Amino acid sequence: MSDTIEVDGKQFAVDEEGYLSNLNDWVPGVAGVMAAQDNLELTEEHWDIINFLREYYEEYQIAPAVRVLTKAVGKKLGKEKGNSKYLYSLFPYGPAKQACRFAGLPKPTGCV
Amino acid sequence: MAKATFEVPELTQYTEVPPVTPNAMAHSAPFKSKEDFQIPLGFPGELVDDWQAKAIDKMGELLGNYRSLRVYLDSCVKCGSCTDKCHYYLGTKDPKNMPVARQDLMRKVYRRYFTLAGRFFPKLVGAEDFTKEVLDDWYSYFHQCSQCRRCSVFCPYGIDTAEISMAAREIMDSIGVGQKYCNEIIGKVYKIGNNLGLPGPALIDTLEGLEEDVYDDTGVKVRYPIDEVGAEILLVTPSADFFAEPHVDGLIGYGKVFHEAGVSWTLSSHASEAANFGMFIGSYANMHRIAQRIREAAIQLKVKRIVFGECGHAWRVAYSFLNTLAGPWDFLDPRYPVPQHICEFTYDLIQEGKLTFDKTENDDKVLTYHDSCNVARASRMGNTPGGQFEIPRAIIRATCNHFHDMDEDTIRDRTFCCGGGGGLLTDDLMELRVKGAKPRLDALNNVIQEKGVTHMAAICAICKSQFTKVLPYYGMEMDQIVSLHQLVSNAIVLTPGPDDEEDDDEPDDDLDSEEEETDEAA
Repeated sequence: MSDTIEVDGKQFAVDEEGYLSNLNDWVPGVAGVMAAQDNLELTEEHWDIINFLREYYEEYQIAPAVRVLTKAVGKKLGKEKGNSKYLYSLFPYGPAKQACRFAGLPKPTGCV
Repeated sequence: MAKATFEVPELTQYTEVPPVTPNAMAHSAPFKSKEDFQIPLGFPGELVDDWQAKAIDKMGELLGNYRSLRVYLDSCVKCGSCTDKCHYYLGTKDPKNMPVARQDLMRKVYRRYFTLAGRFFPKLVGAEDFTKEVLDDWYSYFHQCSQCRRCSVFCPYGIDTAEISMAAREIMDSIGVGQKYCNEIIGKVYKIGNNLGLPGPALIDTLEGLEEDVYDDTGVKVRYPIDEVGAEILLVTPSADFFAEPHVDGLIGYGKVFHEAGVSWTLSSHASEAANFGMFIGSYANMHRIAQRIREAAIQLKVKRIVFGECGHAWRVAYSFLNTLAGPWDFLDPRYPVPQHICEFTYDLIQEGKLTFDKTENDDKVLTYHDSCNVARASRMGNTPGGQFEIPRAIIRATCNHFHDMDEDTIRDRTFCCGGGGGLLTDDLMELRVKGAKPRLDALNNVIQEKGVTHMAAICAICKSQFTKVLPYYGMEMDQIVSLHQLVSNAIVLTPGPDDEEDDDEPDDDLDSEEEETDEAA
């Protein structure tokens, strides 16, 4: 993975795992470019998750726990979508890691 | 599931010993740590100039500190007993993943600088200079050992490759060659209090959510308290229990068990992590510093007992080393083990007849049990030898109608590692993790085929995350791995409290008292 990505003609530094080096750099175009790296096309459903992650991060300085996320999704989009299976169907590398990358959040570390 | 960029092995009925493929995994190495992650741990930020001399000095220091290390390096007779016992060799076919070959990476350097024959006749005794090539080999292959100690069970001398791996990582850290995954995480423990970097407000938000969920599910108010001064029990659990699935289902189970036991308990935002990655990198100094948080939290919260949640290596550190790392524990209640495992706690209550289970709640599952390496081979539970094998199984039998063990050669003290232990649970080692899981999954697949097993329970956060990730590579479902206390949580019959199922008046009182307690804790 290269050390920068190009978004709307601008260069952004990323770390060796493809996460933004400076979280403040994030613009919506970042998510699209990163999704393209993973051969994904972002839909409204993806953006619902990305936006929630960013809001939660702003308040708590960390990505939401999976259960917090599935509960929020379930409330907003209906119970049948409030589960990990739905999130993995959108983000095959996992909501915590892949969606956080698209949303410009740091990678969750630890035994996850 | 993500698409594999490497060949995923095919599962076989028995794990066969593969013909060797030299250097099959020579390309595998985790991301290196950066200065930002090295400095807070007391390590140089990058490879130091005179690294060779410094590394040899460090090796000398470790040989002086740990008599065992010298014995392990001296005593191997090349009998070959260990060669087919490592899951990473069986899964990758790389001969350097045979435990004896991994040990030899350090043994040849040891012989060159610390034995008479090696100093004068290096070629005759297989001694080698510590060159940059050797260092690179160390970095690659000492990060292909999950320190699971299966090989040591079969070694007639009991040589512990895990201890050699730990020493190698400590030597590398001391010259500025660290692993990003472990060292970044240890820094987060120092800065924020846990591996994930979950700050206090996020923990509180998550725990409040759990209280709501359990109340919605059961109609019983089960509490998930944090930072409550004066609680009887401090629960120290891996931060993955707050964050990930299926881990959180285990945490929900611990809370229900405490509820039924009628004891007060609390988590701590200061010691919001059971894991101690200081062990993985062989750093006594860091292991000590991480363990001290538990002591500080226990004193600050004035607890009488400490209970550990489902975390494999944490239980090794807790069971085997906690007294020397963070003791003396003379301020805790001497009637209880210090520390106690949540499985011991639950098992004792079952023995006393204090828990009621409706086993049919787990009738949608046929269970098997994965012994986590650090619990199985480096600790114990209960008062009898082998308690660490029997107690978790007894809990499953008490909560589930359908249980079958996997092949005897792959469980209890001969258990296979999940493939992600020892500080290797990182995406940059995914090929190693997938291939290393093969022996465990061969055995799992057998009981799936023959006994109709649907789920595997575990008591280690690393095992749970590793299986969640690797099961899909082998055509299984990610949710076939469950927390042991998830089974308890499903089956336990909760006793309603005085304010349960009643509306309006009571909850206000509850809120007031919670606020008071929080103030006190602050």
